[in-house]
Amino acid sequence: MTMTPDKEEELQQLQRTWASPKGLSYLSEVNNSAIGIWYICTAFGFMIFGGILGLIIRAQLAVPEATLVSSDTYSQVFTLHGTVMMFLFAVPIFEAVAILILPSMLGARDLPFPRLSAFGFWCFLIGGVFVCGSIFFGIAPDSGWFMYPPLSTEQSGLGADIWLLGLSFIEVASIAAAVELIVGVLKCRAPGMHLNLTPLYGWYVLVVGGMILFAFPPLIAGDLLFELERLMDWPFFDVSRGGDPLLWQHLFWIFGHPEVYIIFLPAIALLAMIIPTFSGRPIVGYSWIVLSALGTGFLSFGLWVHHMFTTGLPSISLGFFSAASEAVAIPTGIQLFAFIGTVMLGRVQKSVPMLWCLGALATFLVGGLTGVMVAVAPFDFQVHDTYFIVAHLHYTLIGGMLFPTLAGVHYYYPFFTGRALSFRTGAWSFWLCFSGFNIAFLPMHLTGLLGMPRRVVTYGADRGWSELNMISTIGAFIFAAGFALFVWNCLVSLRRGAPSGPNPWKAGTLEWLAPGLDYGMRSIPRIESRYPLWDDPSLVSRTMAGEGLLADAREGKRETLVTSVLDAVPVQVLRVPGPGWLPMAAAFGLGGVFIFATFSLYWLAAASAVGYLVAQIAWLWTGTALIPEKATKDVGQGVVLPLYRSGPASTGWWAMFIMMTGDLTAFLALVFGYFFFWTVHPEFPPAGIAGPGWQWPLTGGILTLASWALTLAARRGNALGHVSTARLLCGAGIGASLGASAAFVAAPVLNGMDSSLHAYPAIVCALIVWIVAHLLTGAIMQGYCLARSLAGKMTPDHDADLWNVTLYWHFALFCGVFGAAVIGGFPEVL
Amino acid sequence: MLCGGNISFRRLVPHQSTTRLKGADDCIPIHSVIRNRRIWTGTVIVMMIGGCVESQSVLHPASDDAAAITRLFWVMTAGAAVIWIMVFGAAIFATLAHRPKSSERTAEMVILGGGVIFPTVTLGALLVYGLGLLPDWGPSDAPDITVRVHAEQYWWRVTYESPGGGEVEAANEVVLPSGAVVDFVLTSPDVIHSFWIPPLGGKMDTIPGRVNLLRLRPNVPGTYQGICAEFCGDGHAFMAFEAHVLEPSEFERWFATQQQPAEPADPTAFLAAGCGGCHQIRGLVEQGSIGPDLTHFASRSTIAGVLDNTPDALREWLHDPSAFKPDVRMPGYAMLPDDELNAIVAFLEQLE
Repeated sequence: MTMTPDKEEELQQLQRTWASPKGLSYLSEVNNSAIGIWYICTAFGFMIFGGILGLIIRAQLAVPEATLVSSDTYSQVFTLHGTVMMFLFAVPIFEAVAILILPSMLGARDLPFPRLSAFGFWCFLIGGVFVCGSIFFGIAPDSGWFMYPPLSTEQSGLGADIWLLGLSFIEVASIAAAVELIVGVLKCRAPGMHLNLTPLYGWYVLVVGGMILFAFPPLIAGDLLFELERLMDWPFFDVSRGGDPLLWQHLFWIFGHPEVYIIFLPAIALLAMIIPTFSGRPIVGYSWIVLSALGTGFLSFGLWVHHMFTTGLPSISLGFFSAASEAVAIPTGIQLFAFIGTVMLGRVQKSVPMLWCLGALATFLVGGLTGVMVAVAPFDFQVHDTYFIVAHLHYTLIGGMLFPTLAGVHYYYPFFTGRALSFRTGAWSFWLCFSGFNIAFLPMHLTGLLGMPRRVVTYGADRGWSELNMISTIGAFIFAAGFALFVWNCLVSLRRGAPSGPNPWKAGTLEWLAPGLDYGMRSIPRIESRYPLWDDPSLVSRTMAGEGLLADAREGKRETLVTSVLDAVPVQVLRVPGPGWLPMAAAFGLGGVFIFATFSLYWLAAASAVGYLVAQIAWLWTGTALIPEKATKDVGQGVVLPLYRSGPASTGWWAMFIMMTGDLTAFLALVFGYFFFWTVHPEFPPAGIAGPGWQWPLTGGILTLASWALTLAARRGNALGHVSTARLLCGAGIGASLGASAAFVAAPVLNGMDSSLHAYPAIVCALIVWIVAHLLTGAIMQGYCLARSLAGKMTPDHDADLWNVTLYWHFALFCGVFGAAVIGGFPEVL
Repeated sequence: MLCGGNISFRRLVPHQSTTRLKGADDCIPIHSVIRNRRIWTGTVIVMMIGGCVESQSVLHPASDDAAAITRLFWVMTAGAAVIWIMVFGAAIFATLAHRPKSSERTAEMVILGGGVIFPTVTLGALLVYGLGLLPDWGPSDAPDITVRVHAEQYWWRVTYESPGGGEVEAANEVVLPSGAVVDFVLTSPDVIHSFWIPPLGGKMDTIPGRVNLLRLRPNVPGTYQGICAEFCGDGHAFMAFEAHVLEPSEFERWFATQQQPAEPADPTAFLAAGCGGCHQIRGLVEQGSIGPDLTHFASRSTIAGVLDNTPDALREWLHDPSAFKPDVRMPGYAMLPDDELNAIVAFLEQLE
């Protein structure tokens, strides 16, 4: 390909602008291709750690009455095995893979908030090391990955705090990634990539991102209550003081069941990319798949009670949740049959990724079918908490998540290394993993039916489980050998793999246009079909010649296109930040808060919090909503786009909207807790226990309303050019927010409420803590806008900050007013 | 390396020869259970692999309710196997077969048929069948007997109401009359446990602050193993008990004995060691009730649900209970001289 000197110069500048820093500074990189790789390697690292824990479990259970590990070590090992696999591998690997490949798939140069990805990664790494490391000191969590109180609240040592705080911290990373990925799919698609031309992977990312926003917050709310009970003795789960351990089970499983689909759907998404490629034809039933992914996501929130069938619920609940659990098999079935249909119509190219796909199907089908069985409540009464369930869940997770992910690794390995994995070694590792897995887990169905409960450190030789357990252990080690071979293949092929060229599998989707470039692609093409590389043979050469949009980085700044949500019409050139240390500093600061709090080192925790806040504000101040040196940029083909947008046209506004949706869910989960106590107590609020009264909550609510109105007025005034008025209104808003906070704090203090007396004052105070935290954050934001305005970084034409803060206040308003109505109003109307 | 501060492993079972975990000799004759051919087929599979294991098995039901669930299991398993073969067979066929191109319409029919119509019909039928087996919990009809089970870390306090109005307390075993309708009233003072006797029926959690009800209708006499199914701490694996289903007349005899106060015996050594602080022996020692009631200790088949009730095993248990049940609340009495320990053993073995 010959290039004019102009184009040559343009390309070099693009490369210079997006090149990663060298040496130690490489760690300050925020670009998705670097973060994605780190993220994937870290997640697999934790997975190997979790796998070793699994092998310890299997070694201990190989023979009856074994004493390889003591009972308390065993409790730590299985708790950590589940925790690591779920929180440090299964969910993060989705985020990792998506961060790596999504931008290329959509034709973006990067995700819209690179520093948020970096921040999420560092949170994940710090939190993960903290949680995993605890076992080397014998203080790992030991109450099971589900942490049921009262065992975990009243009898656990530091382990429970490590679990709660460490994982809350990682959940922050998950939500950060979800926000990032959702905005990426909605706003950063290539021009012309209408929503219904989006690669299926993008759809799955949207669904899963949405699920994370509604599933993780209830757990965060639960964690908050749990930690308040452990640190401050607020009795949410203590029955002697009006608490109820089942509240935790509800909050945990409202998270925990969607979690299964949060893990499963991204893996299915990989299959939806791989199968068309190897069938050599477009996917069959695109709309069916999109609708059923949405359906699965929706239904998965109505199933959580099937984890609680044996807690003594009424038959009507059992029947309802049995039926809902069966119903979710239908959208899942549609997706699988769409894959089979695609394969049927195509001509299959044999390859290691396809081998993994078939292995995944064979395995997941077993898990799905046993899932249908255990969803029938009477059968669940027998097998719940037995090895039958252990077998079932491993078949779903390994078949539905690990095998597809490994298919994805084999498929995308050439994408990010430029080399292919060895076919022979790949096939060997597949067969070892597949046979080892089945040898390990198929017999467990029977072990469970013969009465072996879960989480037992050992068993009597006379129970007849010895042979089955020995077989399972042998299988587990074969499985591990297969996985080790896979890892070895990945490492060796880095140097020795055959160079794969740009599109080794002859795929049709956009990411294969130019794999492995820091800047995504040479220029951004217009997209007119779902498989652009198949449908437009000249697309690659045109794009690589720099004939698409935004072919340059003339100003030396990293830029990507922002398009409209539905039709992907270009609306903005978004300047994305380059390398910097602030995300890492913020992650370490926030990590310090959680870690020091675990060890009750409150002064250090407070110092870390200040460090975090400083890093966070510096990050925003120096990198977001910067006023560009010129208003617009010509991106080629006669398209001139603004460099600055505010309000709903900007990515920041969407990020705020999405994040606050998750935040609102957490708040509603706390409100759910309030009403849950109302349903379990015949008299609520209980007589003789002081409540918040209605006066102070009412005052707080009114002041919240005032602060919201002042912020809104400030935005309107600023937009009309009344800058001084807007500044005054921001200042007044700060006053109103602080006043509202004081009023909410006054409610329990002046009414003499004692949060450790009973669950009622405790839940009221937890709601107040939540509301006040939001009001204070709102005050900081108002102050930030004021400072930006004074510093000349926010003007009537460049008011993205104020738009985002106003949006925040819409949610804070609901939080304050609805919260006041619940704590102050509800007891009055009873 | 992994256990940090606690490197030494607990000796769970110190002497295989003298003291073994419970269970081997308690198997019931297999033909007494099997009335159903499908179950019999399953049993063959089990026998091939596991040997004599019926007493804790879901596949060897000893009540009609449990048998109905086992039948449900075999029906579902057969169906699942057929579906697995069909779906995976279709996938393999689609992958390997070389044939004239089918149309997109055919593929959509595959999705509609396989993904929507077939599962809807099958799952609907399964729900009608499966949910029909849901127990009808509620006080619509009175049980023949009510047994209160209080699950504590890591043992089972079992209380029967005697006709006279008093209570009879047992521990780590439930004795039931064959053919009776039994309601278990399940509670816990500490953490969540789950009460489960696999051959008799499904499990039910015991949750602090709540009272759960479980109805079982055992109708095959025999001894079955019960176990805690919900993780409850380091001793969880050892929170076992036995369920003895007796002919009604035998049950009446057993119950009559249990209502009696203890046999006259000399509790001096027992009291001197402080055992009375936790254990009650009706008629002899009535101070504490933290631990199991030992009034008819010698009539029980196990010690703490985990050891055969023999004098040797009892001596070892008293020596160091945590060797058999990690994290157990009972302290060890290794510091007692042998003669005092023997006196306590001798005393307890008299409490028929």
